[in-house]
Amino acid sequence: MSQSRIRNFSIIAHIDHGKSTLADRLLERTGAISAREMRDQVLDEMELERERGITIKANAVRLDYAAADGREYHLNLIDTPGHVDFSYEVSRSLAACEGALLVVDASQGVEAQTLANAYMAIENGLEIIPVVNKIDLPAAEPERAAAELAAVLGGSSDEAIMISAKTGEGIDELLEAIVSRLPPPEGDPAGPLRALVFDSFYDTYRGVVCYVRVVDGQLNEGESVLFMATDVHAEAADVGIRRPVPERTGRLETGGVGYLITGVKEIDLIRVGDTVTIAGFDAPEPLEGYREPRPMVYSGLFPTDGDDFERLRDALEKLRLNDSSLMYQAETSKALGFGFRCGFLGLLHMEIVRERLEREYDLDLITTAPSVAFQANTVSGQPVTVRSPQDLPGAGSLVSIEEPYVKVMIIAPSEYTGTVMELVQSRRGELQEMTYLSPERVELRYSVPLVEIVFDFFDQLKSRTRGYASLDYEPDDYRVSDLVRVDILLNGMAVDAFSAIVHKDKAYVYGKAMVERLRELIPRQLFDVPVQAALGSRIIARETIKAKRKDVIAKCYGGDVTRKRKLLERQKEGKKRMKMVGQVEVPQDAFVAALRLGD
Amino acid sequence: MPSWPPSDSVTSNLAPPLGEVARAKRGTEGVSSPDDPALADDAADLKSAYLHIPFCARRCPYCDFAVVTPSERTSPVARYVTALESEIVMEDPWGPLDAVNLGGGTPSTLQQHQLAALLKALASHHTVATGAEISLEANPEDWTDEYAVQLVAAGFTRVSFGIQSFDPAVLASLGRQHTPEHAAVVVDVARRAGVASVSLDLMYGAPGESEDSWRQTVERALDLGPDHLSGYALTVEPGTELSRMVLAGGSAPDPDIQADRFYVLAAAAAEAGLIRYEVSNWAKPGHHCRYNLATWAGAEFVGFGLGAHDHRDIRRSRNHRRLDRYLESIERGERPRLGSEALDPWGREQERVMLGLRRVAGVVTGGAGTALLSSAEGGRLVAAGVLERDGDRIRVLDPMLTDAAARAVLSVSEGDC
Repeated sequence: MSQSRIRNFSIIAHIDHGKSTLADRLLERTGAISAREMRDQVLDEMELERERGITIKANAVRLDYAAADGREYHLNLIDTPGHVDFSYEVSRSLAACEGALLVVDASQGVEAQTLANAYMAIENGLEIIPVVNKIDLPAAEPERAAAELAAVLGGSSDEAIMISAKTGEGIDELLEAIVSRLPPPEGDPAGPLRALVFDSFYDTYRGVVCYVRVVDGQLNEGESVLFMATDVHAEAADVGIRRPVPERTGRLETGGVGYLITGVKEIDLIRVGDTVTIAGFDAPEPLEGYREPRPMVYSGLFPTDGDDFERLRDALEKLRLNDSSLMYQAETSKALGFGFRCGFLGLLHMEIVRERLEREYDLDLITTAPSVAFQANTVSGQPVTVRSPQDLPGAGSLVSIEEPYVKVMIIAPSEYTGTVMELVQSRRGELQEMTYLSPERVELRYSVPLVEIVFDFFDQLKSRTRGYASLDYEPDDYRVSDLVRVDILLNGMAVDAFSAIVHKDKAYVYGKAMVERLRELIPRQLFDVPVQAALGSRIIARETIKAKRKDVIAKCYGGDVTRKRKLLERQKEGKKRMKMVGQVEVPQDAFVAALRLGD
Repeated sequence: MPSWPPSDSVTSNLAPPLGEVARAKRGTEGVSSPDDPALADDAADLKSAYLHIPFCARRCPYCDFAVVTPSERTSPVARYVTALESEIVMEDPWGPLDAVNLGGGTPSTLQQHQLAALLKALASHHTVATGAEISLEANPEDWTDEYAVQLVAAGFTRVSFGIQSFDPAVLASLGRQHTPEHAAVVVDVARRAGVASVSLDLMYGAPGESEDSWRQTVERALDLGPDHLSGYALTVEPGTELSRMVLAGGSAPDPDIQADRFYVLAAAAAEAGLIRYEVSNWAKPGHHCRYNLATWAGAEFVGFGLGAHDHRDIRRSRNHRRLDRYLESIERGERPRLGSEALDPWGREQERVMLGLRRVAGVVTGGAGTALLSSAEGGRLVAAGVLERDGDRIRVLDPMLTDAAARAVLSVSEGDC
């Protein structure tokens, strides 16, 4: 297929605005088989995949479309994840496309969450087709939605395609627009192979399956390929497309999209953003935009039951097969025993990992307050990476602490400019640039310490702009900052898992907020428990958890015995999820108390 | 086989003797202190029966017992009493009974002939021991001289009045129908009629209660000279009107205040010569409630009536809580069972210690007690002065923290001892 008849695109839509219904409808309209047959077939295949324990991930689907001009086109629909933690993955998926459908609900209009991806698409040079969905709804206001899209995209509201993915109305027009408005790929068919890896996952039977977009040259089965960033050589064992049923084609043409299986088993060796080329060729320049997977947030993961340490290790090993951005190394805490210090892309990623470990591997875990990677400069001249507050060298050998900064881009309605600036300044942000994208929309660029934005910044930004601001950030540099470690003492004993590295100006406020929060979160014990915050040996805040005075059910007679026992059993189960720290029972969520200081 | 009711009636029974089996074991007569360990342990051999009388003029906002109020009363009381008599004879004969307790609901909503009929059914089918404790719960507003005399004639030896408070505001917040004036006369009325043992129930920590009003309630209750006293912390049970009010933002009982109230009551009761023998119960020597001691000793008992529980052949069973289902089952000739459970031997051992720790007398250490003492949590409880080992017994020193020990008992495994 000539590149002129290929269109690579993604769908950008707010959750619930009909992305998957639209994808289904496009599949159905372009499929040679009926809607029901297709559905059955797809489901059957998924059933099979489930039985074989394969991850279901149809992230790039080819639609064969006979256009009104009488020609056959290959339309490659590429899926994208949808959260700021995964913005790098989104950017790579978008880099595999020439165009995007920006879908909004006719009754809801433009939503903030869609905008970050839409702007990213524009930044990647994609052509955007505005689409107004759900025009069949009684509450639909298609004209208003189209006008909003036009305001965002800077075009005219006539450009929007009006559809109902549910009824199928407008789908034909949309397919024609994909062909006529989106540009074809413009790779060099004669050049050496360069293919972009935009997604990868681990399959128990096949090893790593990656999705690629061929930019230049062709990808043929049987050839020896090279993954340039990781310098991994392998054979292209299986090359094909999905429609969404996998179809082994043995070859992907210039501009085409499909899967590549090489037999490589370690997901870490095949990274999103990497360039695939032919081994042995005069290596071409890799495609632009590759980034080493780099954790932004570190946190300790400890089993509530110390005996589960080995199970946790196994579970992390298995999870990592499918998630190359997850990093971990063994860590020991005086308070929590043996566990792992883990690196995550962001808090959502951390939440997802923790949830999967608990649900899929039946582990009961304690997560410690997230931190970022600081760098400690010591008298020996040897810098030390500090991923956990405990790793901070003592005052005797410490010269200075550097902290990571990030470049932050915020796009918000201009009426919120003041609010946003206030927020970012409170987070030690330095304004770099401010641009009015339109009279109504402003783009603010800042340099901000990473530690100030990884926790609740996104939530704060959303709530202060009524959801209308979008955020993206990328690593900048390390800078020396006036940082200190605040320790927390429980019942007179320092609890390493509660320590945090914070800016000196915020230490007092932080310490005070932490001890107050812990007083609320830690249940009353059989004795008074002092909770203190300390800078070195100096106590900067103190609260006391008063001893509990009543813990008894007033009545227990014949009929109550079974009920009382069951009630106590339930309460006992609740206690199981507590961790004994010294003589004090501490609930799991107290260890991430620092995250909830604003509540 | 002892006959019932005893021919010498009740007047000579101011100090009800122990149950026959227990008495044989102890081999001594005499009046025991309610917190006597031997008394507590021997109660395991008592045989008792519980009868549930679900009828109430209205449901109190804190109550989650099986209760039938006039609005939901689809069957006449008579039909229920008949059903109860039928249920009594469905159980294999089990006696002689050392204690019979009528609870509710409000047993005093029944007419004396109905109560007498129920006792008669128990006596003729299961037999009742000489000098047995025959007790009922009563609301002050139902209590008259005539009613009291009739009940004594029917064989009742003990009455427990739901006084709750002498503060009209507290009574109103608890949804109680009687006035402090009602409450003030009931003890005298009972004594005149010849009731051998009179108990008062008080409740603390209710909305509207102040420390002063609680002190006055305690003082007035003790001035009446009860033989027995129960003081309960108001508890928010799920599904009750009170729990709905709390969920809607109403004030919940404050556990610290309830602890304060308990210590006020405990000090005053001791001053008045009442001896605490369980978390919430005090008695003069000889006036301990046998039925309750039996429960805490893990004794088996039979239970009849709506939502009633029983404990027979190491199985704990419970009846239907819905009146129509209960009545229909009985009228079909079936036991109105809703469910039952039998604990394994270790579960029973844990339950023995869990229940026994509620008593001032504590409990023989045994397997679960030994496991508790050797557990980390047990060590902490001892260190904190909540739990004490004394010879072959363990006991809870601070009754307000009993459940901390109870949970620890339920946490230990058989291998731990």
